[in-house]
Amino acid sequence: MYRFVHVLCLVLMAAFLGGCSAGESNVAQGNRDGILHFGNGSEPQGLDPHVVTGVPESKIIDALFEGLTRKNPWTLEPEPGAAASWEFSDDRRVITFHMQPEGRWSNGDPVTAHDFVWSWRRALDPAMGNLYAYMLYPVENAEAYATGKIDDPALVGVRALDDMTLEVTLNAPTPYFLQLMDHYSSYAVHRETVERFGKATDRFTRWTRVGNIVTNGPFQLQNWELNRRIVVERNPHYWDNDAVYLNGIVFYPTENIVSEERMFRVHQLHYTADVPLNKIPAYRKMADTPFVEAPYLGTYFYLLNTERPPLDDVRVRKALSLAVDREALTRNVLYGSNNPAYAITPPGTLGYQPPQLFTHDPEEARRLLAEAGYPGGDGWPGLELIYNTSESHRKIAVALQQMWKDALNITVTLSNQEWKVYLDSVSQMNFQVARRGWIGDYVDPNNFLDLYITDGGNNNTGFSDPVYDELILQRAPRAATQEARFALFHEAETRLMEQMPILPIYTYASKHLVHPSVKGLPPNLMDFVNVKYIHLEDVPLTEFELE
Amino acid sequence: MWRFIAGRLLQAIPVILAVITVTFFLVRVAPGGPFDSEKAVIPEVKAALEAQYRLDLPLGQQYLAYLQDLARGELGPSFKYPGRSVNELIAAGLPATAELGAYALLVAVVLGGLAGVVASLKPNSAQDYIPMSVAMIGICMPTFLLGPLLVLVFGIHLEWLPVAGWGDIPGDKILPSLTLGAAYAAYIARLSRAGMLEVMSQDYIRTARAKGLPEWQVVTRHALRGGLIPVVAFLGPAFAGLLAGSFVVETIFQIPGLGRFYVQAAFNRDYTMILGTTVFLSTLIVLFNLLSDILAAWLNPRLRAQYGEA
Repeated sequence: MYRFVHVLCLVLMAAFLGGCSAGESNVAQGNRDGILHFGNGSEPQGLDPHVVTGVPESKIIDALFEGLTRKNPWTLEPEPGAAASWEFSDDRRVITFHMQPEGRWSNGDPVTAHDFVWSWRRALDPAMGNLYAYMLYPVENAEAYATGKIDDPALVGVRALDDMTLEVTLNAPTPYFLQLMDHYSSYAVHRETVERFGKATDRFTRWTRVGNIVTNGPFQLQNWELNRRIVVERNPHYWDNDAVYLNGIVFYPTENIVSEERMFRVHQLHYTADVPLNKIPAYRKMADTPFVEAPYLGTYFYLLNTERPPLDDVRVRKALSLAVDREALTRNVLYGSNNPAYAITPPGTLGYQPPQLFTHDPEEARRLLAEAGYPGGDGWPGLELIYNTSESHRKIAVALQQMWKDALNITVTLSNQEWKVYLDSVSQMNFQVARRGWIGDYVDPNNFLDLYITDGGNNNTGFSDPVYDELILQRAPRAATQEARFALFHEAETRLMEQMPILPIYTYASKHLVHPSVKGLPPNLMDFVNVKYIHLEDVPLTEFELE
Repeated sequence: MWRFIAGRLLQAIPVILAVITVTFFLVRVAPGGPFDSEKAVIPEVKAALEAQYRLDLPLGQQYLAYLQDLARGELGPSFKYPGRSVNELIAAGLPATAELGAYALLVAVVLGGLAGVVASLKPNSAQDYIPMSVAMIGICMPTFLLGPLLVLVFGIHLEWLPVAGWGDIPGDKILPSLTLGAAYAAYIARLSRAGMLEVMSQDYIRTARAKGLPEWQVVTRHALRGGLIPVVAFLGPAFAGLLAGSFVVETIFQIPGLGRFYVQAAFNRDYTMILGTTVFLSTLIVLFNLLSDILAAWLNPRLRAQYGEA
């Protein structure tokens, strides 16, 4: 027994110390072999496009699958994907997609219009429990089918006229519909493979595993080690294989952004999903910095519960908003990496500019508060602000708490809640002020403005305005031109901000470290990565010197 | 001896059953559910999801169904990772966590044991104070501080060792093992010092010295076996603690282990995963406690006699 213990200890020791020599870095190796090492934030829930929701999932699924279109990473305009071309009917309600003649699944089967018809019905099937089913709601009868009001999937407005022609009928002209065609909820899955491993709507099957999964994108799944890495390799059957530079991508679940940054610094990663806030100033100062930031299609704001005093008074809501110095906040607390927001829609959404009705104006804020019955903060009943536990949310809440104290002489208490508790409080409207963020699923003001229709699932403020509802639901979709449509959105958003059921704070920014060897990975409003355009240059690896 | 083991195993069953029951109902009391997300979930979709996971049944029925599955060794499907079973997730995370735990324990025993023995040989001298002070710092220093410090020094400044990963780059297992092992090394140093001090004053040590054995032989041949008994008793719970408590180190070093799954499961309200990992880890803790009792009995004739009589 003693001897056994000795041997065991020696074996462990040998394994532990085994091969302590420095090897070639991932980046050096990757640049030579055409392999991109990609920090991806977290372990994906899965790879079934009709089951998962989330950004890390989308990055892998976009490499493996391809929708009817694929966005250009510079312009965000749709380019041919599984469809080679498309045309709209005169009333813009019917779109005819012509499939890629050379479109192939990774097992060699042709990608047909029937694949998309079957897949969209699957995505909408209520039994599927697809959280993103609503992305297809612009399609005729899609919502009725997904919510169980009709049972016949044949009534959904998607038909295969023949193998190569797909006809989609919309409820109304939808300017952003083509954009939805490269969201994974609209991707096709390989029917035979899905059905080989279970029912079409089963969430528990093994069809997405290595060796089972069949995909139609530029890459195919090679290896999947839980919480360690997912490796995809070139799909030789891909119709545009010649245009793809990379031979493979390794996705890492880099949950800890501090470790991720360290991995980047020692050339273990080409790309990071995020950058720790406190490292930003040092990276900014660096010559030829790998730090890349860009406005991101999302807004950080506070929900104001209009049904509870004192926030049932619009003057109080406005006073709170006017007292916030957003410029100072973004400069001092957020290291200048975000722009102040004065409305819910991020500026420049396809050329749409949201109204700005106010600026930082403590004088006016005090006047409004006095008018509401709390002159100089007298008689203030107190207010509670909730946010989900996180250091950055806390910093912002503390800054605003201080601004309100200084400008209005009122006390606001802060309360952090664990994520799911916080979600519960928000959906039950069990709060006075609550932190909130909204990231657009597609580039269009509608994606932000339809949040605040009466009783909307994500309204959570009690805001209700019949005129607003009519503008968003009835008039904007029927607008003749994009300009007319944007004018209606502008009118609606002006009404929204006059009532101030939300307190906008800043526009999100995407922040990444991108190795100098990586080309064709530009920053954009959607933080969208088009793997087809990425190539790697063999640059000498230099150290990143942080001050 | 066998009766002792059988008895202990029987005692474990109600303990684990109680753990399951308390966990099962407690996680359901927590606000929020597995399908709540930042974007509102369409009621029809939520109903379909709940039906797929049996959450539409009354709670009592869900509990019984869970126990039935458990009796067959099935821990159910994960909520967070659709298409994966909890068994599979545990099996995927366990090897890395167990390996990390084993190395950490090795670090703890070698460093801690050495420091403790050295300190005990000359009590209340510099040879005692220095290792024991280091040990005290080790106990006080949390892993979330020590880990990044080691990375900064050995990974970034000296560039001797990788900053993260597990089995990807040669040497990447060293820093996590040191980080996780450090606190336990400190405990072991204190335990072995105390154990050795007690043994060194025993009559049989005086006998050994009287025989004219050199001091190092007195220590290695005679004193160590008795002096390390408290350490052995500590090893079982320590290893279980290393498995269950490695999540901080796993997060710092991006190690694909069980600890990360466990903690995330609680945040995600992944009911089956919380239950599965809790059941699994509590079983391990019970087993390792038993193992270390057996080991201690094997090292200590007095205990052996006691168990034999029982």
